[in-house]
Amino acid sequence: MAAADDLLAKLRALLGADVLDVHTHRGDATILVAVDRARECLQRLRDDPGLAFNVLVDLTAVDYLGREPRFEVVYHLASLELAPPGGGFSGIRHRLRVKCGVPSQKVEADSVVALWDAANWYEREVWDLYGIHFRGHPDLRRIMLYDEFQGHPLRKDYPKERRQPLIGPRN
Amino acid sequence: MTQAHIPRSRPAGDLHTETQLVSMGPSHPATHGTVKIMLEIDGEEIVEMDVQVGYLHRGFEKECESGTWYQAIPYTDRLNYNSAILANLAFCMAVEKLLDCEIPRRGQWVRTLASELSRMGDHLTRLGAACLELGAMTPFLYGIEARELCWDLQEMLCGARVTSNYIRIGGIQRDLTPGFLERLRSSLARIEALLLDFDKVVTSNRIFVDRFRRTGMLPLEKLISYGVTGPLLRAAGVPLDLRKAEPYLVYDEIDFDVPVGSIGDNYDRFLVCQEELVQTIRIIRQCAPVLEQTVGEPVNVADPRIRWPGKDRVFGRMEELIQQFKGVTEGVKVPPGEAYAAVESPNGELGFYLVSDGTGKPYKVRCRPPSFANVAPMRDMLVGGMLADIVPTFDMINMIGGECDR
Repeated sequence: MAAADDLLAKLRALLGADVLDVHTHRGDATILVAVDRARECLQRLRDDPGLAFNVLVDLTAVDYLGREPRFEVVYHLASLELAPPGGGFSGIRHRLRVKCGVPSQKVEADSVVALWDAANWYEREVWDLYGIHFRGHPDLRRIMLYDEFQGHPLRKDYPKERRQPLIGPRN
Repeated sequence: MTQAHIPRSRPAGDLHTETQLVSMGPSHPATHGTVKIMLEIDGEEIVEMDVQVGYLHRGFEKECESGTWYQAIPYTDRLNYNSAILANLAFCMAVEKLLDCEIPRRGQWVRTLASELSRMGDHLTRLGAACLELGAMTPFLYGIEARELCWDLQEMLCGARVTSNYIRIGGIQRDLTPGFLERLRSSLARIEALLLDFDKVVTSNRIFVDRFRRTGMLPLEKLISYGVTGPLLRAAGVPLDLRKAEPYLVYDEIDFDVPVGSIGDNYDRFLVCQEELVQTIRIIRQCAPVLEQTVGEPVNVADPRIRWPGKDRVFGRMEELIQQFKGVTEGVKVPPGEAYAAVESPNGELGFYLVSDGTGKPYKVRCRPPSFANVAPMRDMLVGGMLADIVPTFDMINMIGGECDR
């Protein structure tokens, strides 16, 4: 727990007023930033030599229907320390969860594909299943479902039993 | 996908050749997984490719959100069907993190043993299937015979060979069955003999080495940027293994090594997986004596709100019958909050990000699938290479459709 608090103190020093909220529930260091500032903050988290979050472990979203901002985009970052050639410590220095709220009037966030290649498919998945549009994504098309699919099934207002019309063969 | 999606990156030039568009998959005998690869090839050289996943998407997260916490565990079996126990474990560890409960020591040792059995089955499938898809039937049969022994042991543990549903929130389904450890010893000896045979047939075989060496490589910075973990990253020389980096269960008390490669080609990946099998056997050998010494100790948390008491006590006592009834019908009440927990699966970091609203049903179940992150860089690994490199690279990535597409 102390390590997570230590990390959050460093983050506050780096990001200042961009950090809207923090918590360390069950030891997971978490910060909340504004959606318009998220890309800038993530870039600084990646490039700061002391934090060096070089791995985007996961990118997902949560739909909090009935609350504003309705969606939350959740980034899981890790800082992987590489041992110099010849041995030494190599492992995960620290992990961080970054969240940003996305309002239902403007379901958009900035793409981070330029920061981590991993974001490419993750953002396509979030677009596919939650319908959150990532500005600046090079190739934002559906990844799990087919092009003709209507709606975004992981939204809480998408009924689980809804059936989609069958599509014929494509040629 | 239409043809327009793939840019014609190489003009015809003076040779009057033109590139060809080939669709490989979604169901192809050389890909043990349902994936479609759109290829633009110039002769045998890959000019551009687009990997299309999603054919096995079945709404894992949506299904989990509609049931209780317990009802999600069987779905996690179906993520990576080669190592179901590890997916059970990752999910249950994330729920336990939200509940802030710790399971007894013996339970942790049994979980460790079960995870390693699961890992062994997965690696044996990966190595055996890789040989099969390159046309070598014999080593595949060695691998599959060894995997059968693993799966027989899993059957003794939990009654199922593949979809184990073994790890439970707050413990395990049941303790080791009588005779398990004796069977384990004899099976391990046989598996070791099969691994030696496998090694003799494949590892220095000229045809095999030529297909694997210096294929499917990607620079280390790219691998890290893609969030690649597991044997693919270790083959490139990074000894990242969550069992060492962030020890969970009892891995910090067990002596084992993390093998690494040097250049991260398919051959390194193959060797890393082979050595991991040896280390897995080493870990299992260290689990067995502890499990012998701790027979009779509890394996589940004592709190009936988390783990109900079990049939042997339910049939005789009113109080425990009520606890079982409430446990089954209402499920465990997980306090509101969010947590991420990850384990080292055979393919890399398998994590679960859970959000609970306190109602008794998960609000959000996100699986961070290692296969998905590892398949994403496949295009970069293969463009510029030969058509024949696709199969060995795909085998070493070990895409598991159930886990990648969820």
